[in-house]
Amino acid sequence: MRLLGTKTFRHGVHPPESKDETSGLPIRQFPFAPLLIIPLVQHMGAPSIPEVAEGQEVWRGQRIARADGFMSVSMHASASGVVRKIALAPSISGRMVPAVYLEPFPGSTQEVLDGTPCPLETSTPEEIIAAIQDAGVVGLGGAAFPTHAKLKVPEGKVVDTLIINGVECEPFLTTDHRVMLEQSDDVFMGIRYLLKVTGAEKVIIAVEANKPDAAAHLRERFPSDINGTVEVLEVKYPQGAEKMLFSALLGREVPSGGLPLDIQALCCNVATTAEIGRLLPKGRGIQERVITVTGPAVRRKGNYRIPIGTPLRFLLEYAGVAEDVNRVFLGGPMMGAAVSSLEISITKGTSGVTAFTDSAAERTHSQVYPCIRCGYCVDACPIFLDPALLGKLAANEEFSVMAEAHNLMDCFECGSCSFVCPSHIPLVQRFRASKAAVRKAAAHKAGAA
Amino acid sequence: MPASGKTLEIRTSPHILSGNSVDTIMFNVVLALLPTTAFAVFAFGLAGLLTLSVALASCVLTEHLICRASGKPTTIGDWSVTITGLLYGLVLPPALPLWMVAVGGVISVAMGKALFGGLGYNTFNPALVGRAVLQAAFPVAMTTWIPGFGPDRFSSLPSSTLTLPFTQPTVDAITAATPLAAWKFGGETTATVDLALGFISGSAGETSSVLILLGGIYLVARNMMNWRIPVAIFGAVIALSGALHLADPSSYASPAFMLLSGGLMLGAMFMATDMVGSPMTARGCYVYGALIGVVTVVIRIWGGLPEGVMYAILLGNAVTPQLDRWFRPTVYGTRSKEAST
Repeated sequence: MRLLGTKTFRHGVHPPESKDETSGLPIRQFPFAPLLIIPLVQHMGAPSIPEVAEGQEVWRGQRIARADGFMSVSMHASASGVVRKIALAPSISGRMVPAVYLEPFPGSTQEVLDGTPCPLETSTPEEIIAAIQDAGVVGLGGAAFPTHAKLKVPEGKVVDTLIINGVECEPFLTTDHRVMLEQSDDVFMGIRYLLKVTGAEKVIIAVEANKPDAAAHLRERFPSDINGTVEVLEVKYPQGAEKMLFSALLGREVPSGGLPLDIQALCCNVATTAEIGRLLPKGRGIQERVITVTGPAVRRKGNYRIPIGTPLRFLLEYAGVAEDVNRVFLGGPMMGAAVSSLEISITKGTSGVTAFTDSAAERTHSQVYPCIRCGYCVDACPIFLDPALLGKLAANEEFSVMAEAHNLMDCFECGSCSFVCPSHIPLVQRFRASKAAVRKAAAHKAGAA
Repeated sequence: MPASGKTLEIRTSPHILSGNSVDTIMFNVVLALLPTTAFAVFAFGLAGLLTLSVALASCVLTEHLICRASGKPTTIGDWSVTITGLLYGLVLPPALPLWMVAVGGVISVAMGKALFGGLGYNTFNPALVGRAVLQAAFPVAMTTWIPGFGPDRFSSLPSSTLTLPFTQPTVDAITAATPLAAWKFGGETTATVDLALGFISGSAGETSSVLILLGGIYLVARNMMNWRIPVAIFGAVIALSGALHLADPSSYASPAFMLLSGGLMLGAMFMATDMVGSPMTARGCYVYGALIGVVTVVIRIWGGLPEGVMYAILLGNAVTPQLDRWFRPTVYGTRSKEAST
């Protein structure tokens, strides 16, 4: 659906939205798995330091690991139970990471332990930032960047606009949609904290036009003490990328290699905002999150509030998966990461679990043709790169040329180029590998010097 | 839950594709060319049918054999050589000796496409490469035209069609000047309605502007053709020929005549828009189209030949890589940097 006059960015693609099957389903509480495996690295940054020992009994909501430095966050027990061991566990990246193995008590309740509250009125921005870090909040949109680190406005920088990202442009996913409908009070409370921390004058809640009910609901309930608006954006991928939001809503571009702070703006995912608003007044930490479990291979699709550390195998068994499932990924189909093991756990960065069957996957099994210079990728790239040229350079392993002459490092890997390519050239896949090669070369150079 | 032995596929995102494919695009171009092709056969009868068939067969066969010879799977299934074969046949005079048609077909694919590296690498439009070689090698045969809609066109052939290889074709008693040649060498103009509908003499598939336009509109509607290119070509042709016509209507033909005559319509819609040889950015496409339009008019008015579309498009193909470099879009977040430095 395209509404005339709705704001948007230039370029982008229109994948099928595939949200109808779950967007109307209310958030439901997910049961505890017999064993929760809570990784100590669920965020970008340093692993958290465990504060519990094997055999120790913990309460649901109790802090079990503390942040290791500023680029790290706390972890909390997602159920009341016994710590069985602290050992390595598989992760989505393929690497083994340290994790707390927690066995919930039989009949463990949903009751949560409260901590030290961080009241909005009396807390200073510094106290709020510390509370957000201690609540273990990371970007729930998928990047899992420690939220408090983003919110700290350095000396000399000013934020005038805070954008709350409720776009959810990734196909299949409906968690942000449900959070906006069911937790609007949490969202607004979170916004109050964020405005206080950043000193921003106003807030814009960005919603894609395919969620008119969410936009209407938020507008209706918009509190008079908050200076801001709800903006409806055109349905287009990757509308929810923060760079796209800044150009669509503010007409500003984050400088290449720079930060949103360089253009006096900050963007925070709506579910993250809701968590801040829900947790801080009670001094709680993140011990669960809303996840859309969906895809053609899933029987009981839905939006579930799932304890962090729930093993993927347990989740899929509970939701029911078709016999011919052949692909499972965390997140949606455009940017989600394929799962190589069902033994990995749900982490704070998991916004969705999508499972495809053989038949649904056929569309990606197409023959690769040479580039016919159709220019579809050039018209799709939201940051105006030349994916066709970059693809050829990548095939020749000209990584430094790609980075230095053609802005490779500005690619944020949205996958629009690969999505539209009629030759089925794995463009973004090549760019990921190329970026890794460039980073490695830079690290090598720095090490040598 | 699947059995434990079930394997999961792992690949990196995106996990869905638009569903568009090179062979789908090429097949739709073939579809869009069918009305024009049918009209060519209708207008020129057996001669048109044979010219088109030999053109298509020689192109497709050449591609197939080259693939075989280089030990690769045949690529005729991607439909791209079918487009080349059809376009090549459509730009030939319908009474061209068939052996010349075949020679040009082989040249189109072997020299215009395979030599450059095949699909995606052919700098120039292969059909036009074949036609350009024929134009140089057989200038008389390539400018000998028969009138369309001859009463016995489905029962007899022009004598030139079956000329033996490497012999001079006998020129038929009945030949006809194309509207462009009639205008250039005789100062005559043709009725606009006849030009638009195709009741004129000319190359097999260049006569009916309306049908060509319909095919183009179909492709634009399916997002398989860059509309900016024909729009820029038409705009440039109208602007330049219109200005000249206004200045001196007796020496310069009207923009309508310029648009609807010769190979402009087919060239602008189906050859200049060949994705491989045209720029990838919007601004590049406008400049490319304008260049083709201007060069066409210049050749038609001041050049030695009545028609210039072919050379204009080949020139456009040649400058495309440079246009892509000049009109590369400004990367997000680099504008302010450029301004400050």
